[in-house]
Amino acid sequence: MSAVASSFSNQSVVTVNPFAPSDFERRKRRRAIINKWIMFGFCLILVVPLLAILVDIFRRAAPILSLDYLWQNPTDKGKEGGLWAPLVGTFYLVIGALAFVAPVGILAGIYLNEYAREGWLNRIISITVTTLAGVPSIVHGLFGLGAFVLVMLPGINRIFADPNDSDTKWQAGLLTASLTIAVMNLPLIVTSTREALGAVPHAFREACWNLGASRWQTIRTIVLPNSFSGILTGVILTVSRAAGETAPILFTGATSFKFIADQGWDKVFPYNFREPFMAMSTHLHIICTQISRMPDVMKFGAAAVLIALILFINSFAVVLRVWLRGRKRW
Amino acid sequence: MNTNGAPHIEFQDVSAWYGRKQVLRNVTFTVPRNTVLGVIGPANSGKTTLLKIINRTLDFVDGARFTGDVLINGENIKQIGDPNALRRRIGMVFPLPVGLPLTIYENVVYAPRRMGISGKAELDEIVERCLRQAVLWDEVKDRLNMLGTRLSGGQQQRLTLARALSLSPEILCLDEFSIAIDPVTTMRIEEVLKELRKTVTIVLVTNLVQQARRLADDTLFLWRAELVEHSPTDIAFSEHPKDRRTYDYVNGIFG
Repeated sequence: MSAVASSFSNQSVVTVNPFAPSDFERRKRRRAIINKWIMFGFCLILVVPLLAILVDIFRRAAPILSLDYLWQNPTDKGKEGGLWAPLVGTFYLVIGALAFVAPVGILAGIYLNEYAREGWLNRIISITVTTLAGVPSIVHGLFGLGAFVLVMLPGINRIFADPNDSDTKWQAGLLTASLTIAVMNLPLIVTSTREALGAVPHAFREACWNLGASRWQTIRTIVLPNSFSGILTGVILTVSRAAGETAPILFTGATSFKFIADQGWDKVFPYNFREPFMAMSTHLHIICTQISRMPDVMKFGAAAVLIALILFINSFAVVLRVWLRGRKRW
Repeated sequence: MNTNGAPHIEFQDVSAWYGRKQVLRNVTFTVPRNTVLGVIGPANSGKTTLLKIINRTLDFVDGARFTGDVLINGENIKQIGDPNALRRRIGMVFPLPVGLPLTIYENVVYAPRRMGISGKAELDEIVERCLRQAVLWDEVKDRLNMLGTRLSGGQQQRLTLARALSLSPEILCLDEFSIAIDPVTTMRIEEVLKELRKTVTIVLVTNLVQQARRLADDTLFLWRAELVEHSPTDIAFSEHPKDRRTYDYVNGIFG
């Protein structure tokens, strides 16, 4: 125990510091500090692999990274040239998938969260959504092959295509790949939409209903304006996931460099939604595994651009979330 | 019991359930026009459910239902095609203060705007009238563009009251409106209610027995989902109400 002599009084009064920690408290505090650093250490473990991957890839890709590398088309089976065709393909793929999945997913999320009553149907739909989210991407790819390429396309061709002109035939391409990616990301968008809507307190809805506002008026005036940013964040995360998916588009429309080179650039590029396309993810897969004597720098270059693209899209979601937190209205 | 004038609200043998749990049992009573009905009773006795039946917001509660008939102006509310039209005629204030995430101004004109009222002068007038009636005008008149959710709890409660008055309802239901409000402001609101009483029928659910005594013409005592007593207030609070349990509850002998 520490004793402090009061220097202010004439008499020398000895007082005991009432705030001095006991041995037990000191030990407890030390343990708390040690625990904090242990947990901080585990957080570092979380970050290390990501940083290692990023640094390694960008270091090895550095010699080739330039704007020309982005603008040029790949040549000589991807051993030369740049990434323009796969970049544009991924862009179209993402837009196409969003066009299908965003309206369906957001409207389904609104229905499930705002209209559906607790009951067996609602529970079955919720379980379905969760299960769908757990299906491996390769299974989605095979589903897309079965449903869209092998069933939907022949049906379309029977109606629209001229049997005597193979140029009018719809092939596995942007349309089928976009649909596959859309199906795969449906649960993600439904779930994130429901979360965003659920973050708006129920009391707001009740207050509006008590004023005679209909469910839809309540959603339009109170719920959606206050969950819009959250829904948008979900959409952006879907975009970044769609941009990186490989397995689902491998069988459903993505094509290798070789195929396009055989067709001639004028014919396949710019893309048509009923013809095969190149995408960043499959391009990377193919140049890494299918083509012999591929220069390492080309592989790392493609990987670096793909990662940069996804980080770039994700950063939008981060910015949006920060902005959202800043303008929270309750 | 006040028997002058036609009944404004009429409950006929009303029972209500949440799932299998019964929360109202065969409740029958009438409320004459332009009177104040005080509803007292312990927690879980069905007071709030009573209000939710009147404006049919019980429809929004999963698994809730009610039987029996509720007539407003002689019209059975089950047969009203658009329950939202019914809700617009009934002002409703629940105990938790809710400022909508809009400005104070937009909070008050929320319901009028949904009705298609958009004239600036008309809306301004509604805002001032309702905020004055809710005894909030002096505190917020200089900052009507502030978010309603930024107000204190008691202010938000009065904002809720102002919103409930925005469509000049014919019935005003207040559920524990004063729990977040200081006693002085509560007294001022009670003065306003006495004024409103001339044109509006008021259903006042309250845990403050004295508040019911001050304001109510008739008092209704709910206990364990049943209507125990419905008498003129001076009888309900007298030494000899119709039911012994009312005396016990009012005088705190229960339990």
